[in-house]
Amino acid sequence: MTIDEQAGFLARVGPLLRPAPTRDEEEFWRSGAGGRLRMQRCGSCGRWQHPPNPVCFRCLSRQVAFEPVGGDGSVYSFTINHQPWLPRLRDPYAVIVVELDEQPGLRFVSRLVDTDMADVRIGLRVRVVFEPLGEGLFAPLFTAAREDGR
Amino acid sequence: MTRPERQVVIRGFGSSQVGRRLPVSEMALTVDACLAALADAGIGRDEIDGLATFPGGGFDTAGLAGPGADEVHAALGLQTNWKFGGPEGGQLSGFFSACLAVAAGLARHVLVYRTVGEASAQGAAGRAGALAGAADVAVSGFRRWLAPFDAHSPANWIALYAQRHMHEFGTTREHLGTIAVNNRRNAAGNPNAVYRTPMTLADYFNARMITTPFGMLDCDVPCDGSVAFVVSHVDTADDGPNPAIGIESIGWAMRHRPLWDQWADMTEMAAWDAASHLWERSDLHPGDVDQVQLYDGFSFLPLVWLEALRFCGKGESGPFLDSGKRIAVAGELPLNTGGGQLSAGRLHGCGLLYEACVQLRDQGGDRQAGRPDTVAVGVGGGPTAGAALLVRR
Repeated sequence: MTIDEQAGFLARVGPLLRPAPTRDEEEFWRSGAGGRLRMQRCGSCGRWQHPPNPVCFRCLSRQVAFEPVGGDGSVYSFTINHQPWLPRLRDPYAVIVVELDEQPGLRFVSRLVDTDMADVRIGLRVRVVFEPLGEGLFAPLFTAAREDGR
Repeated sequence: MTRPERQVVIRGFGSSQVGRRLPVSEMALTVDACLAALADAGIGRDEIDGLATFPGGGFDTAGLAGPGADEVHAALGLQTNWKFGGPEGGQLSGFFSACLAVAAGLARHVLVYRTVGEASAQGAAGRAGALAGAADVAVSGFRRWLAPFDAHSPANWIALYAQRHMHEFGTTREHLGTIAVNNRRNAAGNPNAVYRTPMTLADYFNARMITTPFGMLDCDVPCDGSVAFVVSHVDTADDGPNPAIGIESIGWAMRHRPLWDQWADMTEMAAWDAASHLWERSDLHPGDVDQVQLYDGFSFLPLVWLEALRFCGKGESGPFLDSGKRIAVAGELPLNTGGGQLSAGRLHGCGLLYEACVQLRDQGGDRQAGRPDTVAVGVGGGPTAGAALLVRR
């Protein structure tokens, strides 16, 4: 699929700040191009880890590689930001810690989009969407999962 | 166990004026604090053979770092045998490193300082202004995992921990406000505090929201100021004009992956590691502590420290405050007697170390909380922490 065909999955809240990824984590930041979030997993102990590194922080195996994840998870914690740190941030928005379904503790900080602030709570089911950051990079953001689980 | 902290004392300490947008340079503030500390210790400039600070030079963050150790070395004309400035050991790392250097014999008298100029550097645009202009630059360092998701401020990062604590334990905004009101009340007795106007819980709830659950009065106040200490070998403890402060133990452990969003249990922080380390190295127990000076960059952090230091059970810090009675100057466990960073100014942890020294010398004036023999200092939030037990000798 091209990026245009994936348009339904794009978040469009930008322009977000772009990270300067290291070589070890580029695949995470580029995975939105294919419409599926890819996280790093250890080929030796089988556990997922984040952030990506050239070694498994648990078992020190070098057999780490990226695999697609389902893109579903839950809000582990959140904060609704009201302070316009940047001029475009005039409206309240939710920063979250998302926990992916693949593994307890597989978490990272992200941002909710297209979600009513009144609905934001710990445990809210969410699904990944991508915001292009330029230079082939994408931010994996999240939106409240629909009733049918999609 | 070898305990190098028992081989040293804080022989003197000093502070510059602390305020909002003071019309002097960061170096002038640093010199004020350092010369005050030398005089207090009764140590001449030529006797100083070590220098330490956190985070040291090379930072472009507006006003956060203050002058680097090299600059202060030059300005004061020191002849050092040992020098340290570095950002990755936590806010007390300059102090801790000085203790190690003296105990190891690399230096005899180490000057430790911490200077901030955030109020002037941020200017009229406030904290948000410090981020302006960042939009066109790719984010590197640890912020690359936060800023692309619009988590721009430590207020956001720590709010994520606070919200989880509230969810699991029923901690409330009233608990957070109790910390803010307590500290403001104490600041009224501190002539060098930035905000001394009395404040009520109603004022707290009326302040504008920053990032839930933090409103304006949950966030500390950027300031201009400097504090300094002279760390000397214990053999010289009684050679100065003023009583030296003893160091029972330090806690410098940060055992978990130091990443803001990778804490296994986000109701805890690195404070738990540093606090454990502190008690492992001490002959004392939480019940021996007379008062606490706990990092309040945000109102939630003293709650984390109270739990980490085992003054109460995990999740029990909110009710432990007893609506503020327990932590008041006249209470069972006075907290942040000088007003803390929330009201006295954000000296990035070292202001709390300074206040502990003031209290152990009974120099607190209107804010003096009894005659403490043991004061616990806990500094840091999120993945960074350091703790110390200071004692009357």
